[in-house]
Amino acid sequence: MSYRYLEDVATADAAFEACGKTVEETFLSAAEATIRVMIANPESIRARERISIHLESEELDMLLFDFLQEIIYFKDSRRLLLRMKSLHIDLASSPLTLTAEAAGETMIQGHHPLLTDVKAVTLHLFSIKQDEHGWKATVILDI
Amino acid sequence: MSAAVYLLYEQEEAAPISPMPNITLEGKAMNVPPSIIKISDFLWEIPVSYKTGMLVPARIYATEQLLRQMDQGVFEQLTNVACLPGIIDYAFCMPDGHWGYGFPIGGMAAMDPHSGVISPGGIGFDINCGMRLVLTNLTLEEVKPVIHRLVDTLFTRVPSGVGSSGFVKISRDEFRRVAEMGSLWCLRNGYAWPEDLEMTEEGGCFSGADASTVSEKAIERGFDQIGTLGSGNHYLEIQVAKPENVRDEETARAFGFTRPNQVAVMFHCGSRGFGHQVATDYLKLFLSVSGKKYGIKVNDRELSCAPFRSREGQDYFAAMKCAVNMAFANRQVILHRIREVFSSIFHRSPEDLGMSMVYDVAHNTAKLEKHLVHGKKKEILIHRKGATRSFGPGMEGLPDRYRETGQPVIIGGSMETGSYLLAGLPGARETFCTTAHGSGRAMSRHQAKKLFHGQKLQREMAERGIYVRTASWSGLAEEAGPAYKNIDDVAETTELAGLSKRIIRLVPIGNIKG
Repeated sequence: MSYRYLEDVATADAAFEACGKTVEETFLSAAEATIRVMIANPESIRARERISIHLESEELDMLLFDFLQEIIYFKDSRRLLLRMKSLHIDLASSPLTLTAEAAGETMIQGHHPLLTDVKAVTLHLFSIKQDEHGWKATVILDI
Repeated sequence: MSAAVYLLYEQEEAAPISPMPNITLEGKAMNVPPSIIKISDFLWEIPVSYKTGMLVPARIYATEQLLRQMDQGVFEQLTNVACLPGIIDYAFCMPDGHWGYGFPIGGMAAMDPHSGVISPGGIGFDINCGMRLVLTNLTLEEVKPVIHRLVDTLFTRVPSGVGSSGFVKISRDEFRRVAEMGSLWCLRNGYAWPEDLEMTEEGGCFSGADASTVSEKAIERGFDQIGTLGSGNHYLEIQVAKPENVRDEETARAFGFTRPNQVAVMFHCGSRGFGHQVATDYLKLFLSVSGKKYGIKVNDRELSCAPFRSREGQDYFAAMKCAVNMAFANRQVILHRIREVFSSIFHRSPEDLGMSMVYDVAHNTAKLEKHLVHGKKKEILIHRKGATRSFGPGMEGLPDRYRETGQPVIIGGSMETGSYLLAGLPGARETFCTTAHGSGRAMSRHQAKKLFHGQKLQREMAERGIYVRTASWSGLAEEAGPAYKNIDDVAETTELAGLSKRIIRLVPIGNIKG
């Protein structure tokens, strides 16, 4: 998984670039970067509950938007911290489809070193692009 | 006032440029557009020639020093706002402005409700994030000996941080009633004093909230979060009004500060996951209709919008009001908890402790208000994003208690430096009665975490007489004083610009960081 947080972008929020050789790798990197804003060591999340995610979108960037938004939704609605176990994106279908299997557990103060709450994925400078090296997503999270 | 071209840099001919033209993702030096015009020592204007599509100029209230501290995102985002259909007079930015998403934080735009748009990006995800200030009749001398116990108990009783849930356990249907009724629901359920509602902007309820316009996901994210602070820049602070920091004794008395070293409680939070999801849902909807259905081009997808009078615009307005009301209820329930805690520590009733509200102000809203527009009183749609309503003396909508003083304005500073209580001024008419909301970040969260360490900061603050508890050490480091602009400069600028008048500078002695 490859991502880096960006300095001096959207001063009060959290911005990152997530990369991958494939679009799936890039989505997984972005998911990990989002979780890592909320919890210091995502590795500490135990796989106690499994969640299946199925999403559709006409646009690849909005598929990423919806995917990251799912992580935020489960954090609030079920207090679940999730990590992705598998992810597949069908770029040939119309609309584009995403299927992911996530696993995680209810957040526990003390066990999980919680950092900052993520409110939302913003569309400001939001993008996912492919170049000769692979894929790169730019994301600003409202925190 | 005559406008003179003020050269910050060598003057260049302004030319149409593409959206977000020069934004580099790192580095923010030399950000001020060369074509900016100095209107006064506290007001700057970016002309419509700066960017293709600007319908009105952009105006920034700031000293030259504050202007230079603003990041490039402020100028690009504000001039994007100036392109929105139906905008009246100017796109405004307050002295605490900084790079946000869609609008800059500190942004304000008034729209003609008949020809203009409504944009979730002009309100933000944390709908009705706002400030509440509560009095006590206690003094520093009485509170100081128990400050650790007081802050520790508040830290336990007012949940904060990622994933926290509140003590108000209600069904999803009951939550819909909260969303439609706001503080009135709290009054009917024993969480409010009748006077609290009068001391809350709009009486603690935006009328016209319609829970049928919000998604199940929004309900799921927020229905058990009433009474929680959240995280980021949200906080609850015990503050002192030292005599040397009272700038206007008469107004301070009218606002309830009547004795030396009087202790007050200030807190900052919003509509939690509920509001965040409402904003997300409608951002997506507007993205799909802005261009395709209504032919509106925006320079930043975060500014996706719909005509205010359209079905989508009205649905969002009704849903946004639900989030506004949930935030009022959230702050009201937190106030209930604060009163309980003070009562348990001091063994006196909250009434006996004089725990009345000074005021509750909303930061992130869109609202129909009546203002003078080109000499005629009109109803206009005001987007405020990280900005505070600032009604001057005599304005309609103020409680009788504040008719002569103007509205109490609460500008929250960093946890290390203090905050201000101000009063609305008649001169704020140009901004349609809007002023700053905080000191404004000067440093990114990422940078602050590199420079400061949470536990060390806690120890240093304790040595300076500020006892802090936090749900997150790194979150504490992100909120270090130097990460923010100088609150004194921001508050002074609002006064010199005629937007709000400084009454008291409040200094912290205890703080809970979300």
